[in-house]
Amino acid sequence: MAHERLLPRQYMILGLVAVCAPLGDTCLSRGMTSLPAISLAHPGTLIAAVFTPWIAFGIALLIGFFASYLTALSWADLTYVLPATAFGNVIVALLARFWLHEAISWQRWFGVALITLGVGFVAQGPSSTERPACEEQPALGPEESAVQIEEEQVR
Amino acid sequence: MIISSPVPAPGPWTAAAMIAAIVLTSTTGEVLTAAAMKSVGDLDEIRAHSGMKGAIRAVVTCPLFYAGVSFLAIAFFALLFAFNHLNLSLVAPASASLTLVTNAVAAKFFLKENVDRRRWTAAVLVCIGVYFLAH
Repeated sequence: MAHERLLPRQYMILGLVAVCAPLGDTCLSRGMTSLPAISLAHPGTLIAAVFTPWIAFGIALLIGFFASYLTALSWADLTYVLPATAFGNVIVALLARFWLHEAISWQRWFGVALITLGVGFVAQGPSSTERPACEEQPALGPEESAVQIEEEQVR
Repeated sequence: MIISSPVPAPGPWTAAAMIAAIVLTSTTGEVLTAAAMKSVGDLDEIRAHSGMKGAIRAVVTCPLFYAGVSFLAIAFFALLFAFNHLNLSLVAPASASLTLVTNAVAAKFFLKENVDRRRWTAAVLVCIGVYFLAH
């Protein structure tokens, strides 16, 4: 079902998509930079890295991101959901400025403004592409398909 | 105790190849996953009708979902590998902004999404914004 305007619950899902991805990436980066350089000749060390605390926490956040992302993709277009993931960078910049009191250069504020503008552009439009009625029907399970075939044969 | 040996920083072409690998695998994975979720239908409605188990079953019984997740897993390990050799301030914004553009193109041609002027403008604005945010 295509929604022209999203419900508050759906905006909350997009918010989770925006927050969990950059925080997860930051945890992964912190974990990976603390490890010695990994060579392609020893791919097993990449697997072992998954069980270190920062990377494990990053993966937990990314699992939360993925669950929200899948839910969002089930009712919105990919090109509608993706700017929400980029909006996470804005949230991280705002947290860095007002929570960690980091200095933010004018270039970063300009970047924040552009991303906010871009997300605002997409958010004003429809969340999903209008499709013909026959394409909008959800995929039928095997039992429902069998019932439908029998009905057609009776006709 | 593991002692890290000094490793020379990768050249520009190697860095570009690492980022390209992330962008291509990530785009393929996201398009396949989006196609899978479209074929499954609205998860909120499925959950309201069949509960959380029904929603999970609807997702995990979709073959396209596994194809998408496989590519996303490859993209994830490519990202980990790049983080190990390159700075976060280069890898994260470069891969994120390039993936936005490649996804918009792929969504138009493979998912038949209506990528109108509004969405193209947004993709370009976000792309430039991510670039400025990293500098």
